[in-house]
Amino acid sequence: MENTEIKKIPNVSSSPHFRSKLTTHREMLDVIIAMVPISLWGIYHFGIYSLVIMIATVAAAVASEYIYEKALHLPITINDLSAVVTGMILSLNMPPQVPVWVPMVGAVFAIVVVKQLYGGLGQNFMNPAIAGRAFLHIAFAGLMNDFSCAKIGFDAVTSATPLAQINAGTYTGTMTDLFLGNTAGCIGEVSVLCLLIGIAYMLYRNVITIQIPASYLITFAVFELLVSGFNGQFVLMQLMSGGVLFGACFMANDYVTSPVTHKGQILYGIFLGIMTGVIRTFAPSAEGVSYSILLGNLLVPIFERYTIPKAFGMGGSKK
Amino acid sequence: MGLATFKGGIHPYEGKELSEKCAIQLLPEFDGDYVFPMVQGLGAPSKPIVAVGDHVLAGQKIAEPGGFIGAVITSSVSGTVKAIEQRLITMGMYVQAIVIESDGKFETAEGVGEERDYTKLSKEEIRSIVKEAGIIGMGGAGFPTHVKLAPKNDDAIDFVIANGSECEPMLTNDHRLMIEEPERIIGGMKVCLQLFPNAKGIIAIEENKPEAIEVMQKLTADEDRISVTVMKTKYPEGGERQLIFACTGRSINSAVLPADAGCVVDNVATLAAIYDAVAKSTPIMQKVITISGDAVAQPANVRIRLGVSYGRIAEAVGGFKTEPAKIICGGPMMGMALFSTDVPVVKNSAALLAFQHDEVSEAQAVQTHCIRCGRCIDACPIFLTPVLMAKAVEARDWAKLESLNGQECIECGSCSYICPAKRPLTQYFKQGRREVMGLRRARQAAEAAKKAEAEKAAAEKKA
Repeated sequence: MENTEIKKIPNVSSSPHFRSKLTTHREMLDVIIAMVPISLWGIYHFGIYSLVIMIATVAAAVASEYIYEKALHLPITINDLSAVVTGMILSLNMPPQVPVWVPMVGAVFAIVVVKQLYGGLGQNFMNPAIAGRAFLHIAFAGLMNDFSCAKIGFDAVTSATPLAQINAGTYTGTMTDLFLGNTAGCIGEVSVLCLLIGIAYMLYRNVITIQIPASYLITFAVFELLVSGFNGQFVLMQLMSGGVLFGACFMANDYVTSPVTHKGQILYGIFLGIMTGVIRTFAPSAEGVSYSILLGNLLVPIFERYTIPKAFGMGGSKK
Repeated sequence: MGLATFKGGIHPYEGKELSEKCAIQLLPEFDGDYVFPMVQGLGAPSKPIVAVGDHVLAGQKIAEPGGFIGAVITSSVSGTVKAIEQRLITMGMYVQAIVIESDGKFETAEGVGEERDYTKLSKEEIRSIVKEAGIIGMGGAGFPTHVKLAPKNDDAIDFVIANGSECEPMLTNDHRLMIEEPERIIGGMKVCLQLFPNAKGIIAIEENKPEAIEVMQKLTADEDRISVTVMKTKYPEGGERQLIFACTGRSINSAVLPADAGCVVDNVATLAAIYDAVAKSTPIMQKVITISGDAVAQPANVRIRLGVSYGRIAEAVGGFKTEPAKIICGGPMMGMALFSTDVPVVKNSAALLAFQHDEVSEAQAVQTHCIRCGRCIDACPIFLTPVLMAKAVEARDWAKLESLNGQECIECGSCSYICPAKRPLTQYFKQGRREVMGLRRARQAAEAAKKAEAEKAAAEKKA
């Protein structure tokens, strides 16, 4: 056996000297993988143009992050994949035949104004994708509310999304249609089945915890149950239509803009559930999910401040 | 019933297979210099009681404790005191050390090795023997054992826990000791139980050491007061507070001593040392350490005399097969990285690990901002919020760190390990806790000064 003299001074660092294989890149990749089923369904259901929208939006998000960082001589962070996630979520929130420049503008707004101006990844206080979507809704209301799609024989004049129909009491489709995603709506929000596959994957990979989606959806269901006079079918339709499931899976869970404490996450979910219910029931807007999440984002520091867990052995000990 | 454990924690690569089958090996005696630093473990630095030129024997006391929390130091060899000078220690600093040049005879001091019937000894005698033998916690922190064994009320101790969890990855020295020399550990436990009449002895072992569990269960089958508790394999199962919780369900914080919760916790190697001192009149002179890691030619568990340099031991077991990117003294989670192996093995040394890759610098390359995923909160065995504490440290907001219970942090490294953004969380908290300690001390000093002034003013007024 050959002995090697130490020629080079070995690295010295503070403990621990072992680090897990987890990286930000890997976490973001898992979120992207979780969105693959709904993306595929969207492309299959609404046509190949959905893919164009997705690619263009992701490209705009990544490019704006790159250009911004390059221009300001900041470290380039597009490798962490967070811009890809933002672009993907935004594109999945688009009506199927929106002009492609609309989500691209939204992506630039999301990355530059909402994310980078506050310091980039981890520093933004609002979910960039949702803020981008809300911005588009205000700026291009007409385009954003046009859910017409030639492939599924859906035109803007005669029809509305299932959510609008359910609210108006004119929905004629079946529950199965809602579950599989055989309806009109945004590219990524229609298929309940694919959304459930996505969330199951993220739970399996430990990317998300159950607290936020569970408390959000349960609170929302209870709220709808109360306002509908205990109409179970109505509640189920509410849960399966519109963006509530997509929001609970991919947007309310956003690490950066949701509380880190477990109790805070539950409070946050309850808040989102109530706000979504209130907006859907009492406001003319269909944007219940987006606006309640944005409002919730602003309250995150408060949810955290009052839910700091008690440290081990601090009170309540037996002896 | 499930295995005893705690909430939180992590499952790092264990790496025990490298050395767990290697029986404790005796190396040929080293000649030359043996170095005994005056700082070994917690407490005040010890004070030398020998002078340059003195001839000393193995087992002879060469330094006195420097304070109430402090320890005796004994020589492990016979020879001449060559120097008392500043020497590099594992913690990366230079401290006063006694250098003894071995005469190669290893003559022991008078009385060393004499058998003693410890059941006839009084509590005071046992405590004084433990103190004179220089025993400190051999698991890592190195808290003086005689202080631990002298709580306010002996009768209030319900449990003596032998910490055989060895939850640090790579380490197998305690594991081998439990398999090969269990009588010493059980003997040490019996000595402790003699001190605490109401206590039950628990030998706590993680389930990844089935051989040790079997040996201990067999040997304690007829013991009424001693039992074996099998714990889940999870880091930091052997942390004092986690261990106490796993074994007894009692939760303590940093302001409370284990004794206040009716517990005395000692590492298995410490118990073996207590047995040696009390029953065999032998102070700490030797220690079993693990040599392991993927850059080591031949992983091993070796019994060596204290004071030998790590470099010489590594060489004696076959050296490094490739140039190590990182050398660690102790476990990978809480050990110290060494930039030189020319440091002496001391009482609380557990291992020398050498790795081909440095995971820390590799992690640094993919570091990002904190993404607030909250995994650190789930991993923290103290239920702290490292994500929020890190923000406080970055802002140098020490009051905030304190309000988030930052001082409760045990620096176990679980948060840094799990962090996907590769933030140096534990490092932050080490720094932050020191800052908070400094501020607390300054606050206390200011208060004391104010009080003294007020008293002086009152006295003057009276006069």
